[in-house]
Amino acid sequence: MSLAPTPARSLPTGWPWLLVLVLAAVVPIFVHNNYLFDVAINVMIFAIAAYGMNVMLGYAGLLPLAHAGFFGIGAYTVGILTLKLGWSFWLAWPLAIVLCAALGLLLGLVAFRTRDDVFAIFTLGVGVIITESINKWDRLTGGNDGLNGIAAPKLGSLDFGKAASFFYLALVALALTVFLVARVRASLFGKSLIAIRGGEDLARSAGINVYTHKLRVMMLSTALAGFAGGLYAVYIGFLGAAITGPSTTFTILLYLLVGGVGTLAGPLLGTLIIRVLQQFIQGLQDYQYVVLGPLLVLLVLFFPAGLAGLWTRLRANRPPALREASDAGV
Amino acid sequence: MLILFQQLLNALALGGAYSLVALGLTLVYGVMKIPNFAHGSLYMVGAYVTWALLTDFGVPYFLALGLAAVALGLLAMLLERLVFYPLRGSPGVSPMIAAIGVLFFLEACVQLIWGPDFKLLNSPVTGIITFAGLSLTGQRLLMIVASVLVMLALFYFLKRTTTGATIEAMAQNREGARLVGIPVGRVASLTFFISGALAAVAAALYAPTSLVSPSMGEIMNLKVFAIIVLGGMGSVPGAIVGAFLLAFAEIFGGVFVGANFADVVGFAVLVIVLAIRPQGLFGRTA
Repeated sequence: MSLAPTPARSLPTGWPWLLVLVLAAVVPIFVHNNYLFDVAINVMIFAIAAYGMNVMLGYAGLLPLAHAGFFGIGAYTVGILTLKLGWSFWLAWPLAIVLCAALGLLLGLVAFRTRDDVFAIFTLGVGVIITESINKWDRLTGGNDGLNGIAAPKLGSLDFGKAASFFYLALVALALTVFLVARVRASLFGKSLIAIRGGEDLARSAGINVYTHKLRVMMLSTALAGFAGGLYAVYIGFLGAAITGPSTTFTILLYLLVGGVGTLAGPLLGTLIIRVLQQFIQGLQDYQYVVLGPLLVLLVLFFPAGLAGLWTRLRANRPPALREASDAGV
Repeated sequence: MLILFQQLLNALALGGAYSLVALGLTLVYGVMKIPNFAHGSLYMVGAYVTWALLTDFGVPYFLALGLAAVALGLLAMLLERLVFYPLRGSPGVSPMIAAIGVLFFLEACVQLIWGPDFKLLNSPVTGIITFAGLSLTGQRLLMIVASVLVMLALFYFLKRTTTGATIEAMAQNREGARLVGIPVGRVASLTFFISGALAAVAAALYAPTSLVSPSMGEIMNLKVFAIIVLGGMGSVPGAIVGAFLLAFAEIFGGVFVGANFADVVGFAVLVIVLAIRPQGLFGRTA
């Protein structure tokens, strides 16, 4: 993103994304492997959650450690409304997103009194409160037993209980997320957030209302977490409190770091790579973190910009003429 | 009334253990400005090392406590050299994220070596002391006495010895400390050693009254972070006050709100305090 005028291009900026979207939409016609669908759907759901974290950490430079808590609130809202009150998923899902955004606003009103490290720890504390409340509030959430048998959504004659059709639902949700996040990044709001990341005091002196911007990005972040959570609830069909805990937050953080914090491709790329890698080290089960833990440390030490950052760096080594010509917003 | 006094004693014992873990964390934060998210896992590894020394090697309890403290001190120093020292100039969230990686790694390692099951750490300090209708297990008494002793020793070290003063100096002003010739790198190592050792001592003292499991570190981690944020990050008296505040909130919260929500009460206190005083109780202005 340079401020210099970019030369006219023959292709629209988002073309690699369109290509990926079309490819992803075509693949299920030829592939009928339910295992692959499962991996892909999980990748897409958690990539949406990772995008939600990315708008906070990557754009505004704030580390929101209650993220999985909001993922959980979204999931449980959908689960409780559809299972206990018989609501339609298509009503429960938007409500879950609105609820997450509203709670995000409430959290922000208090949490943004603190800064930096304290903010991260404060949100971590809130995350624990959310998980513990879900775990202990037996009558509402099923407590330790969790919520069982959340039905897959239906739309007319379309039954999303089948992996192949759910794949499209998740794909549309992911595409919407990427589109929204890209628009936010390119907007004045997104640029103001980057300015806040660069330095709050400087941003304030440039006339940016730091507090309201932080509140808005927090709402966007928690809404995306709830968006992903709602999808997760109806896909898995079972909810337990564990998925809403800090370790899920940290896993999403890992996806984000691998892919590249603050980039548009990073969250999807990182989720894809780690989720696929996890399929190969599945035999390790709980010991996965013997591999993933040091990976996180090595990434922070040597590739702080993640894979997408590596790509940018490689591209930066090419002659400027070429770089400008392909300066798509990836 | 008797129940209240009884709970008071329990809270004192719990607060003692919390303070030791929190002190290590707050010292590291004060000196290095690193929120060491791996601190809870040092505590957990400390409990396992003590357990292994006691059961596999038959080492006497107090010797095992000392050995675990040294072992964890060294492990913390190693972490500082390998992970945090190279990250000293990088942006705010990087050391925190690296520490999360270490946390996961240590937890998975412990699970790999000792399995995910709960272990029982038997302390030789048994027996119950009864006085005026109040009873206190020997281990809880030991927790109170030992944590007070360790805290006094730490205060003496920080306030009365030259080496301790270098830690204080570095916490106050890193550049200034370097200018007057304090070997900043060595002081950082020493601080990490102390934090690891304190975590191990706390674990060896506290574990006999609860169970040893790989997830104990995560829970303690959240609690000690709540404590140092409560007390003001980097503040030594703040960590102690915060630790006892949390212990009292948990124990009495458990009595009044129900044991189910005891863990939530602690964090609720954190959220309320921060909402009113964002810099913590003893923190300098944010």
